[in-house]
Amino acid sequence: MFIGAIGCEPLQLRRVNLENSRSIETYRKNGGYEALRKVLDRMSPDVVIGEVKKSALRGRGGAGFPTGMKWGFVPKDSPKPKYVVCNADESEPGTFKDRYLMERDPHMLIEGMLIAAYALGSKATYIYTRGEYRYLIEIMDRAIEEARAAGLAGDKILGTEFSCEIYTHTGAGAYICGEETALLNSLEGLRGHPRMKPPFPAVAGLYGCPTVVNNVETLTAVPDIIKMGGEAWQKLGTEKSGGTKVWSVSGHVNRPGVYELPMGYEDMEKFIMEDCGGIPNGRQLKAVIPGGSSVYIMPASDIVGKKVKMDYEGLVAAGSMVGSGGFIVMDDTVDIFESTKNLTEFYKHESCGWCTPCREGTDWLVKVFKRIARGEGRPDDAQLLLDIVDNIEGKSFCPLGDAASWPIQSAIKKFPEDFKRHLLPLTNGKESGKEGLPTI
Amino acid sequence: MSQQFLPDNPLPQEVRVPDEMAVFSPEVEAEIDRHLAKYPLKRSAILPLMFIVQRERAGFLDPPGVAYLANRLGVRIMDIWEVATFYSMINTEPVGMYHLQICRTLSCKILGAGTITEHCTRRLGIKPGETTPDKIFSLSEVECLGSCGTAPMMQIGFDYYENLTTGKVDELIEKCRSGELSNGVR
Ligand SMILES: Cc1cc2nc3c(=O)[nH]c(=O)nc-3n(C[C@H](O)[C@H](O)[C@H](O)COP(=O)(O)O)c2cc1C
Ligand code: SF4
Ligand code: FES
Repeated sequence: MFIGAIGCEPLQLRRVNLENSRSIETYRKNGGYEALRKVLDRMSPDVVIGEVKKSALRGRGGAGFPTGMKWGFVPKDSPKPKYVVCNADESEPGTFKDRYLMERDPHMLIEGMLIAAYALGSKATYIYTRGEYRYLIEIMDRAIEEARAAGLAGDKILGTEFSCEIYTHTGAGAYICGEETALLNSLEGLRGHPRMKPPFPAVAGLYGCPTVVNNVETLTAVPDIIKMGGEAWQKLGTEKSGGTKVWSVSGHVNRPGVYELPMGYEDMEKFIMEDCGGIPNGRQLKAVIPGGSSVYIMPASDIVGKKVKMDYEGLVAAGSMVGSGGFIVMDDTVDIFESTKNLTEFYKHESCGWCTPCREGTDWLVKVFKRIARGEGRPDDAQLLLDIVDNIEGKSFCPLGDAASWPIQSAIKKFPEDFKRHLLPLTNGKESGKEGLPTI
Repeated sequence: MSQQFLPDNPLPQEVRVPDEMAVFSPEVEAEIDRHLAKYPLKRSAILPLMFIVQRERAGFLDPPGVAYLANRLGVRIMDIWEVATFYSMINTEPVGMYHLQICRTLSCKILGAGTITEHCTRRLGIKPGETTPDKIFSLSEVECLGSCGTAPMMQIGFDYYENLTTGKVDELIEKCRSGELSNGVR
């Protein structure tokens, strides 16, 4: 599997291919902990937040919320303790960048968390890692111990008045715990149901205290922002999408992997067909889901020759979203009905059951998909799927409901033939009760 | 009316109310203390502790293990069940010694996860969700494990096995049978 940068100097992936990239020695020899030194020596918390604002860094967990702004929401005068929580739950299908960032360069995350903690006045931070990534928790624990032994974590960091603990925490197999408020409930020892917003975690998060939840890649971007200056980092990308972004690429490509690209990389077609080595076995590109499974599917015709820019604005203009940056590439052997069924089963399994539209809706979606797959597809089933989705999207308690809806809406819209094929003819002679052509 | 509402059986989960509590070695107790020390509220340690108890109690939360957790965390038995039943990695029923968990989600699916599952089913004689009668193997289909770039893949316990082929699966199963392979539980 490929790991590296294309079209820019590697920042996030600067050390990943070095020998012993995990060790604190390698990290320090290659510029590590210089940003923390700089922050503690000469920058006030406000100046740090200012640099992050200037960098135009947007959250890499999926929502793309401006990180500097999020940090600015934490009330400075609150007498309560403040928490920084790293979201390493990475469970979005097609996404595996955080895994390699932590596996290969754990100290970069530690440094990012310490700088965030300094900026926000936090003395205790948690890394919430999905339970299946146990080996990463072990790697992080060892790295934290190394950092502590070097005076870089714990009491009086680098001899200053700044003290901060970093703790690892394990999830236990629940996609919804990637949603930040569900994550906080889980971290408090409860079932991982999302919470009502507002209040936002920045005001009332972990244990009711001001809390910032950030994705791994968001936090690992911070050391470079501090070292280069926010403005210089932003200029690597575009005005609204600063810096570089790490993409995960899987599916039908010759070179799957983890790719760091400048934000605004000029052409998605070139990325897939050249940088990722193109489609194996001489097949044709059929579709790409570019942002982890929860975004609109893009047919090849929306990519090839379209010069789709790879940043937040570019992907929206092309009819999808950056999401978590997980490219799932599909060749012309894939039936989009089948792929959509596969993802719908994922959402049904991962629906936390808290609200009715999502819990019941995803269940019904899977029932209909399964019935169609059995060869009992009725002419109006595509419309039926869209009707169910219409009762989930925008009507559920948290964004998982939308995430389950969008793949279906876009698949039926962009690949109607793949659905029609399963609906006609009525193979087992059952009548649907409605006459006429499919209404897709 | 179901039996659980009869006056002489007021607790539907009475069978689940344990009459004994699990006891652990000083090393395990120390490990548990290290987790508890991370949090201002004990209850936060519920998941890490469940993994430890499950590891120490033959792979699942048995009633004495649950009683231990409730006691150690200062919560009710019901609070433990409430959390245990939410998370797919917490076992409330016994599982085989080697738990083969094959990813079924899209990237793995289009690169042959179905073949891997079928192959395991044939080799082990069990379907996903089942355990062999000798309690050596359990087979599950699970959702994306963040290994899509090295698909298809499976996890045995906590260990990742990636870029799978049917040949590799045969080797793994052989190594499980001979006890050469760690069951990845820790
Ligand atoms: C259903 C659902 C699952 C999510 N899963 C993850 C995840 O695995 N990792 C992650 O970093 N963010 C995930 N998020 C986004 C978080 O809610 C949150 O926006 C993010 O952690 C904020 O960090 P950021 O601003 O650095 O991106 C998920 C959101 C939803 C609605
Ligand atoms: S939308 Fe789904 S995942 Fe979100 S709260 Fe409702 S049931 Fe839970
Ligand atoms: S789809 Fe199988 S590991 Fe991601």
